[in-house]
Amino acid sequence: MVLKIFFPQCCNRAESGLLVGRWISGHDSAVVLAVIHYPFIPGQVKQYIQQMQAQSGVELTVLGSWSLPKEGQESMESFLRDLSTIFPQQRWLQVSRQMGKMGFICEVVNRNQTALAPPILLTKKQNEEEEEKVIFVHYEQRKVMLSQLHPTESGDPDPNTEPSSELKQVFQTVARSQPLFFLDRYDDGPLKSTHWQSEGREASIIVELLKQASVPLCMLISWLLALWTWISVSSVSCRIFSLYPLRFLSSKLSTCVQISYRTEHMRTLSSPKPAAGHKQFMRKGNILVSFLVDVGLGILLMSWLYRDDHIATLANMLMPAADHVAKELEELLQWLMGAPAGLKMNRALDQVLGRFFLYHIHLWISYIHLMSPFIEGILWYGGLSVCLGLTFALSLLSDMVALLTFHIYCFYVYGARLYCLKIYGLSSLWRLFRGKKWNVLRQRVDSCSYDVDQLFIGTLLFTILLFLLPTTALYYLVFTLLRLVVVLFQGILHLSVDFINSFPLFAMGLRIFRPYRLAEGVKFQVLCDEPGTALHLLMEINPLKCSTVVQTYRTPTYSCYPRDSWAALVKKLFVGELIYPWRHKSTKAD
Amino acid sequence: MEDEAFTDISGKPISLDCQSHSSFCREFIISSPKVSMGKVMVYTCSVWLLAYAVFFFTQNTAVLSGAILVTLVGMMLHIHFVKVDHESLLVIGSLGIQVSSSYASGREITTFIEMSKIKDIVINEAIYMHQIIYYLCVLLKDPSEPDAVSSVVPLFQVRMSISQEPV
Repeated sequence: MVLKIFFPQCCNRAESGLLVGRWISGHDSAVVLAVIHYPFIPGQVKQYIQQMQAQSGVELTVLGSWSLPKEGQESMESFLRDLSTIFPQQRWLQVSRQMGKMGFICEVVNRNQTALAPPILLTKKQNEEEEEKVIFVHYEQRKVMLSQLHPTESGDPDPNTEPSSELKQVFQTVARSQPLFFLDRYDDGPLKSTHWQSEGREASIIVELLKQASVPLCMLISWLLALWTWISVSSVSCRIFSLYPLRFLSSKLSTCVQISYRTEHMRTLSSPKPAAGHKQFMRKGNILVSFLVDVGLGILLMSWLYRDDHIATLANMLMPAADHVAKELEELLQWLMGAPAGLKMNRALDQVLGRFFLYHIHLWISYIHLMSPFIEGILWYGGLSVCLGLTFALSLLSDMVALLTFHIYCFYVYGARLYCLKIYGLSSLWRLFRGKKWNVLRQRVDSCSYDVDQLFIGTLLFTILLFLLPTTALYYLVFTLLRLVVVLFQGILHLSVDFINSFPLFAMGLRIFRPYRLAEGVKFQVLCDEPGTALHLLMEINPLKCSTVVQTYRTPTYSCYPRDSWAALVKKLFVGELIYPWRHKSTKAD
Repeated sequence: MEDEAFTDISGKPISLDCQSHSSFCREFIISSPKVSMGKVMVYTCSVWLLAYAVFFFTQNTAVLSGAILVTLVGMMLHIHFVKVDHESLLVIGSLGIQVSSSYASGREITTFIEMSKIKDIVINEAIYMHQIIYYLCVLLKDPSEPDAVSSVVPLFQVRMSISQEPV
């Protein structure tokens, strides 16, 4: 078997000392974590290692000795071999390196074998093991410590069970040995060790300040949230008679849905405990960053709106726009009442339907004109709420569009109901025409003998409905198309809100600026080796692909997605059933 | 080291290089021929002649700039995403297998498969249009189920097959 030793790059030039690390069970490999330099007291080393083991939960041991003799120092071969008696181990590694040469030389001393095997075979085996079959895998300690190998285990895995993958064990060992890296050789302690901290890395003071400030900020946010829930609860309880309509309305208005969604996020963020596990940490980071970006974009939009009197221009544009839409609808109805596209309509029904819808439009326009002096005020105060985020602006826009095109929705409902009634009547009378009947009990078509007068009236009604069908069908078609246009526009707005809500900006930023944090795997490179030394490999971190990042770290939202497939939608349109194409995924039972 | 004349399934010549870093570590590199200048010139000239002919009829200079843009973008996309320069397979005993392909623009895609996930390496055959090609692939297994094959990963993705006797 080949012995693999994972050696940190920061210890390549460390002074001679003891190697501290962990043997990985199941695979023939060892991870070196730090080098403790001479002089040391063996008792103190053992105590230190036990202390570190208790703090970190990693099974640390002394793996062997490391010697990098400086100029003028004679080699300490015998001293190093004596060390193996002080720290009794199953296997003792003696790694040495000459200054100026790249390769390491490793000797493996196996204990406890001298008693078991016959001496001749033993020397041959030992020679073979000492000469080759050792791989040194160099890794960069700080990057491996901070990195997270994907795919991560979902849920909370039992920390005592070891993953069967060797690389995962290596990454976990380095990540958990953080207490070992607190003291290094520049500290005034009894032991001097070398690891990644000895290279000297500055921490950012802004990050430290932010970490200190985060706890009082979390307390503030949770207090504000408690206040908000108390207000909303009390306002609902004092209007208890209108509880049902309020609930229904708030589930339909996308602004209210967005508010409740953001409140959930704030609740997740405001817990003062640090995140347990990598997934929670990424979730919190994503929520925070997307919330900040959202608010930033909203404030940008707000500053554009309130500058140069844009609100007044918008309000002034709104009235003529509503008038224009109403005029276009009137012209459309006049066209339908004439001979649209060369089709000949039934005059009486045409006039009735056309006049009915025209009166409806007239009512609507009068109400809009009534509200026109307040429009600017409403827009002004509504614009203030945009500072809560761009998603709020888009949801508000979607709700406003829904309210302003309410008359189109009404027309669609009227047209659809009429058409639906006609279709059902026609199908039932068609069955009568053929002498059959729908059996409600058995849910099937049965034959039935009708009286002559039943047949007569049925045939009459059937003929009337059939010849009135083109008129109704045309009205239904026109208003369904208008309704679909509005639904499409609202759908686009909802999709963009969903995109802003769910895109993992923090994870993408991490992938772009610190690609070693999210690792898909590793890659190896063979370092130039010299004959007679062991094989040296360089292990680098292979970062995750961007598409995998987005897929893994998407924040789950109340996304709207199509309720029906295309075939079901077309069938519903044909029959005249009312369609509600978007369905909101509810995350909890309402 | 061994450089017999190999061709891939389209007939283009490729070369194979084996390096042995140690008794248990070997690397196999397959390189394909570089982009030929003649082909590049032919494509560019034909596109530009066509654009000039269209310009001659429509007198719209946007056609010319559009053609230049299309040529440049097409070339950049081709050398970055399509043209493979060499592919290598690094076998490290008791650690795993690393497969890497590097494109003409310098981009490298590397995948490392651990030893515990590898069930076997086999030569598989597939029907491609009118011929049967043989390709090398790795059978992967889930470490918790050592008997089931979880997926098949073909090596040397750029459809290279050695039509003469392999080493």
